[in-house]
Amino acid sequence: MPVIALAEAIARHVQDGASIALEGFTHLIPFAAGHEIIRQRRRGLHLIRMTPDLIHDQMIGAGCATSLTFSWGGNPGVGSLYRLRDAIEKGWPQPLAVTERTHAQMAVAYQAGASGLPFGLLRHYAPTDLDRAAAAPAAELRCPFTGANLLAIPALNPDVTIIHAQAVDAGGNVLIRGITGAAREAALAARTLLVTVEAQVERFGADLNAVVLPAWMITAVSVVAGGAHPSYAAGCYERDNRFYVAWDDIARERATFTRWLDEHIHGSRDHAQLLQRLGVAA
Amino acid sequence: MSAPYTADEMMTVTAARQLRDGAVCFVGIGLPSAACNLARRTHAPDLVLIYESGTVGTKPRVLPLSIGDGELADTATAVVPLPEVFAHYLQRGRVDFGFLGAAQIDRFGNLNSTVIGSYTAPRVRLPGSGGAPEIATHARETLIIMKQSPRSFVARLDFMTSVGYLGGSGERRRSGFPGGGPRAVITDFGILRPHPETEELELTALYPGVTAEAACEATGWPLKRAARIETLPPPQASDLEVLRKLQADTERAHSSTLTIRITPQT
Repeated sequence: MPVIALAEAIARHVQDGASIALEGFTHLIPFAAGHEIIRQRRRGLHLIRMTPDLIHDQMIGAGCATSLTFSWGGNPGVGSLYRLRDAIEKGWPQPLAVTERTHAQMAVAYQAGASGLPFGLLRHYAPTDLDRAAAAPAAELRCPFTGANLLAIPALNPDVTIIHAQAVDAGGNVLIRGITGAAREAALAARTLLVTVEAQVERFGADLNAVVLPAWMITAVSVVAGGAHPSYAAGCYERDNRFYVAWDDIARERATFTRWLDEHIHGSRDHAQLLQRLGVAA
Repeated sequence: MSAPYTADEMMTVTAARQLRDGAVCFVGIGLPSAACNLARRTHAPDLVLIYESGTVGTKPRVLPLSIGDGELADTATAVVPLPEVFAHYLQRGRVDFGFLGAAQIDRFGNLNSTVIGSYTAPRVRLPGSGGAPEIATHARETLIIMKQSPRSFVARLDFMTSVGYLGGSGERRRSGFPGGGPRAVITDFGILRPHPETEELELTALYPGVTAEAACEATGWPLKRAARIETLPPPQASDLEVLRKLQADTERAHSSTLTIRITPQT
């Protein structure tokens, strides 16, 4: 498992047309990696995330994606993701095909993918309109033992999963602390696993039950301090709630969004320079 | 004489009063989160709060902006992976109360948080399901908080994201849903509750100074009125004091300046 520069990891492992999961639930969202995908102008991606958050709003608005699998597409505590909405409602900058799930469905779909199973299972009762929608393929099953009604959700096995974590140790193992969301399951479901971390350390000194991804499961690691900003990394820095609020005005109109993208993403050579521009780097 | 208060404060205090001490509550962001944390600071100190980010038994000192703010993890009894919070806690039947909001509600408490207009060509694309469908399915009871207007309290949903009582008169129970369904809808006019037999929502309580006519006008179906409509007590001064301090602390925390060290420490 090599430690390589982020630009190199993306250039080598993220191809046009790939299905790609960027996980991390509110916490540890791999923003730096998403920005690098935008900089390298990847196209035709199938984006997968429970909560698309600002990172997928940016990637969709930048024209990287032609399809999206998700379960909740809002700006948490603030409102809409305007770029996601513009793509679905008006087809800008291109139409976006949608596979829509609930959080629990995404969770079992990743777990199934991580476990080598073809589908995940949930209890099921009367159908909702989501169950009836073509955008949410699923199948009802009957439990062979109890007769209980169940819903089968096809497994998710992304071509590439990218997650952010606090640290990589000298052996190339990765430690995730705090809220993990479905990052561990998405990581283990992937064919290729890329990880960005805050820092490289000699040893973690973590609890035996800590969430550690062994080096041999990981395709490549890149050290990117602040790589989750404006999301956060517990123990390193807090969530930039002010940026999440400010995004509402930036993303509402195509013109302000495009200007922000040109100035901040294409106009920065890497994440460190972006953080300096945003005035949060020290 | 009570101090002046806003409609949001009245809603939050009323929602908090629905929660009994010691209950396990699955919390959403916004008014539900404010109501749960007010309850925990007043009459229900042992209320167990679970946020879907996997933070179990959290006791936040300020209100989170997102469902997964660091404050929720730092003050939690346990932080579990998200698949576990839905499987081991919610689907396993360990949640007493679930709080929900939505863009649209119908007379049987079914909810839409997915689209306005048609699904394939929506006029407004809303955030979508999140955890709501499973909360609506599995929580022993749900509480719904929504501002009342003819656009949001509709005769027919554009999309049914989460189930309430389906078509009413026991359809939910006959379909085998483990959770009991919406116990109360807390609005900016008062409270609607399901009729014991038909399960159709009816007006059962009003805030001081609010008329039943105004509540009915703000509803997109002919809203039935309970035989006896209670007048809800206004917020107590102590409730307002706790709530306003919580909100002031929250505002201060969310506007603090952030610094990220990007150069390696030597």
